[in-house]
Amino acid sequence: MIQKIGIGLFLVALAIFTLIPVLDHHVLNTDNIYTESDYHKKAIFEAAEENGMLGKDYASNITFIKDYKQLLKTAQSKLEEQAKAGLPEGVGEWDFKLGDWKIKDYVIKTSKQASVGPVSANPGLFWWLSIGLGIIGGLLYILPLFKSFPGIKHNGIFQDPMTRGLSVGWRGLFLGSTIVGILIYGYSYMGNDLFWSLGTLAVILFITFMVFIVQKSAKNTPAKSASPSVTAWLGIFSGIYLILFYILLYWAPQYLTGWMTIADPLSKMLNGGEASQWFVYGMLYTIIMLVMGIRMISKYRHNNYQMIRTASVMFFQTAFAFILPEILVRLNYPYYDFKNIWPLDYDFFFDWNLNQLMSSGKMGIFMLVWGIVLIIIGVPLFTFFFGKRWYCSWVCGCGGLAETLGDPYRQLSDKSLRAWKYERWIIHGVMVFAVLMTIMVLYTYFTGSSNILFLSSDSVRTWYGFLIGSAFAGVVGTGFYPLMGNRVWCRFGCPLAGYFGLIQRFRSKFRITTNGGQCISCGNCSTYCEMGIDVRAYAQKGQNIVRASCVGCGVCAAVCPRGVLRLENGSVDIAERTTELKAIHISKEGVSILQ
Amino acid sequence: MHIVIIGNGISGVTAARYIRKLSDHKITMISAETDYFFSRTALMYIYMGHMRFEDTQPYEPWFWEKNRIDLLRARVQQVKTASKELVLDNGKTITYDKLVLATGSASNKFGWPGQDLDGVHGLYSYQDLEAMERHSAGLKKAVIVGGGLIGIEMAEMFHARHIPVTFLVRETKYWNNVLPPEESAMVSRHILENGIDLRFETELKEIHDDGSGKACAITTSKGERIECGFVGLTAGVHPNINFLKDGDLKLEKGIVINEYLETNIADVYAIGDCAQLSEPRPGRRPIEAIWYTGRMMGETVAYNICGKKIAYDPGIWFNSAKFIDIEYQVYGTLLAKPPENHQAIYWEHKEGRKSIRIVYDRNNSQVLGFNLMGVRYRHEVCEKWIKEKTNIETVLQQLGMANFDPEFYKEYEAEVITQYNQQTGKNIQLKRKRGLDAALRFLKKMTP
Repeated sequence: MIQKIGIGLFLVALAIFTLIPVLDHHVLNTDNIYTESDYHKKAIFEAAEENGMLGKDYASNITFIKDYKQLLKTAQSKLEEQAKAGLPEGVGEWDFKLGDWKIKDYVIKTSKQASVGPVSANPGLFWWLSIGLGIIGGLLYILPLFKSFPGIKHNGIFQDPMTRGLSVGWRGLFLGSTIVGILIYGYSYMGNDLFWSLGTLAVILFITFMVFIVQKSAKNTPAKSASPSVTAWLGIFSGIYLILFYILLYWAPQYLTGWMTIADPLSKMLNGGEASQWFVYGMLYTIIMLVMGIRMISKYRHNNYQMIRTASVMFFQTAFAFILPEILVRLNYPYYDFKNIWPLDYDFFFDWNLNQLMSSGKMGIFMLVWGIVLIIIGVPLFTFFFGKRWYCSWVCGCGGLAETLGDPYRQLSDKSLRAWKYERWIIHGVMVFAVLMTIMVLYTYFTGSSNILFLSSDSVRTWYGFLIGSAFAGVVGTGFYPLMGNRVWCRFGCPLAGYFGLIQRFRSKFRITTNGGQCISCGNCSTYCEMGIDVRAYAQKGQNIVRASCVGCGVCAAVCPRGVLRLENGSVDIAERTTELKAIHISKEGVSILQ
Repeated sequence: MHIVIIGNGISGVTAARYIRKLSDHKITMISAETDYFFSRTALMYIYMGHMRFEDTQPYEPWFWEKNRIDLLRARVQQVKTASKELVLDNGKTITYDKLVLATGSASNKFGWPGQDLDGVHGLYSYQDLEAMERHSAGLKKAVIVGGGLIGIEMAEMFHARHIPVTFLVRETKYWNNVLPPEESAMVSRHILENGIDLRFETELKEIHDDGSGKACAITTSKGERIECGFVGLTAGVHPNINFLKDGDLKLEKGIVINEYLETNIADVYAIGDCAQLSEPRPGRRPIEAIWYTGRMMGETVAYNICGKKIAYDPGIWFNSAKFIDIEYQVYGTLLAKPPENHQAIYWEHKEGRKSIRIVYDRNNSQVLGFNLMGVRYRHEVCEKWIKEKTNIETVLQQLGMANFDPEFYKEYEAEVITQYNQQTGKNIQLKRKRGLDAALRFLKKMTP
């Protein structure tokens, strides 16, 4: 009963949260136009008086933003013309003119300031009605879970319309239309240059050709991922919601100013300034991880490894990814997440970041050195001792969200051999892309020349940010939780995971040990492996599991009903940890064990 | 050479896989149950919604074609050993050069009135699972008869769907003919604390017909009538060999085989649940209907068929199960009613859901067996200790090496040793904590 009330409150909160961006009216007046220069201000005021937008009441932020963008374009061309007539003394061309990227910023900030209505009047109240109520509802649902006996809590997962997954057809439809959508939008994102989308399409086709034809996967049809008649309709709704959320967040944040408004009080408390869309995202991310982390702990109460690991990701997200960077900003240091590592943190070597770090005194230099030491010493060293799990399932924010918000969907990862083939091409492809992109960016940084061969490093990095940083990591990475499992990004995309994986596979003490001959091939381990590793294939023949992709979440060992699997670090057999068969096979002199 | 295997369970599939590894013979595997091999032990997880049926299949469908193992979905009605022919239910016949019988088990029925009514089922086959599913919609109550490993699985299944269960057990405590008294009491407690209506010393007398050929209630041996829409018969299994009754294969309870898994007829082998060893190893039963022996037999028969003669050696006994939330592992000799020379060290966690029992020989201090509840131990380490007749005090000092619980779990080995010291007045100390390297070094040491 309490749980049902919790779900009810959560749904109400979700509905309010979803409506917040459209609740307020917008009225433009001379006080609420946001600008950063008097020249801009003057031009915008003139344009506003000419087109009569001042004082007009807009019920919809869509039409407001449309009109205001138009207004700014007018102001832009005004300034353009004035600039031709001659710049004022001591003012640079780009400070005088109104650039396109400035327009984006002005639209967001003005739209936010021009809001009038219940949300702007009571941001705190609406924070509580949406996010606060959501937390309360979530906790009312989650806390009663602590009353049940500790143990595996998987009853009904494949009967639940939220978590039972999609048939291959539905999954293909979502994946296909998302890819097509991204490539079409990417065409306009790159200034109507077809090269990037077509190039990416060519890479996708090449990988498919390699998997299907060269690696002979065409006739190896995987087992159905679900009965055709069964489809998780709630999962589909959730997936669509998450996908739309990310699309708006990355590419249309100007419509989300209502969320920024309700986050303002918290933002001012932490960093002293107003909330951007990224503050909203960080806040939601952290709150969701904390609430769903409590759920994860309730679910694995019998398992200390799971509880400690979950507490760890909750801590690193809250302290290192959310609060500390905001405090750094407040203290006039660069925004910096001490646990984010290149190439996951793909803009670490971008000129603006390097310049910012190097112009921020000792602290900035420390941050720069820290980041580089993590890449070249921290990653290999810790991975040698513990496997990639020290990061992927103990520290990382992406991993942390996957292990908390994504936990209900871990069983939806594709375990087929075909998926593994795709995985290796794609993740290593992204890794190569990230490294090449960074090399080009650094080349430009040191030489000042932006063209390398026929490519401009600016365009390469823009496309990387769009395709990998936003579309893959965000839209697909999180949006596809209910559709393809909770580690789509970590498994197929993350370049840092690719780097970790190579070390884990070839030089690490980590493995998952199989306990002799106790495996009954039931399949719980494989089913609940979020990385899509067919754990059972190893366990049933008594082989250690050593896989580049394993993030060491430990759930396979937790769900095993026969006590067969254990995550371990050992140096005694480091050379043969991948090959030795430990199952109890028949034994007699002269009979060798075959694999 | 054409090798035909009847049955696609763990025994038959292991046989097929190893024959393929060892040879290029033509292999045909026949099953009436399912198209592809699935893990029988995982049937319960499908019902409980932990997995899809597809997830219980250890190999993807293309595996069989790739390994040239021909699958045939049919029921064998007759084996003609003279002409080496099999008669199938679709009227066709198929010839073989060598035949492996791996037909598994069937649920026991002891002649109860009403035992063949609709809504009365065992839990062994995929069809049994379908029947349970069919009867579950709107089911108000299920009665389960027989307190073994399948009984508790079925109880957990209904419990997971919030269907009230009455669980009739003949013994005074759950499975106390196999488990020692303390462990048996622990599991009984756990069943009851989950809200399952567990009745001891109660048997089934009669199943009642609702007038339409469907079960509607039962009467117990104590005369109580319990209304129920489903009756689960889980009082053990027997070899599934009815279709062989008219042939010339030697049958007793199962298909009688020698230590090379050969039947009395040349080129016919039997493995797994359906096979009965004429001379089992000391301390072992002639029919052991468990997953692991089926797998070992499958491997052994492959060698024998492919010309490397090897006697079946099941090694040191081991088994495992899970009683709702309590995991169970056993290694070596562990008897519910131990002989005089068996001495046990028994430690139980204060919450009553974990225990460790180590049995050794009172006379020569050699370790004999391990029984673990809610604690995981390393199979190979325990096996090696038992095989090498290790002194109990050596085992205790090194006990941490056997611990296989996940990282950050509390280790209880020191408490086990305290128990031993209290029992014997000695002062043994734990010298080894949980850890992989020590275990690996120990396992790599050659047996003297």
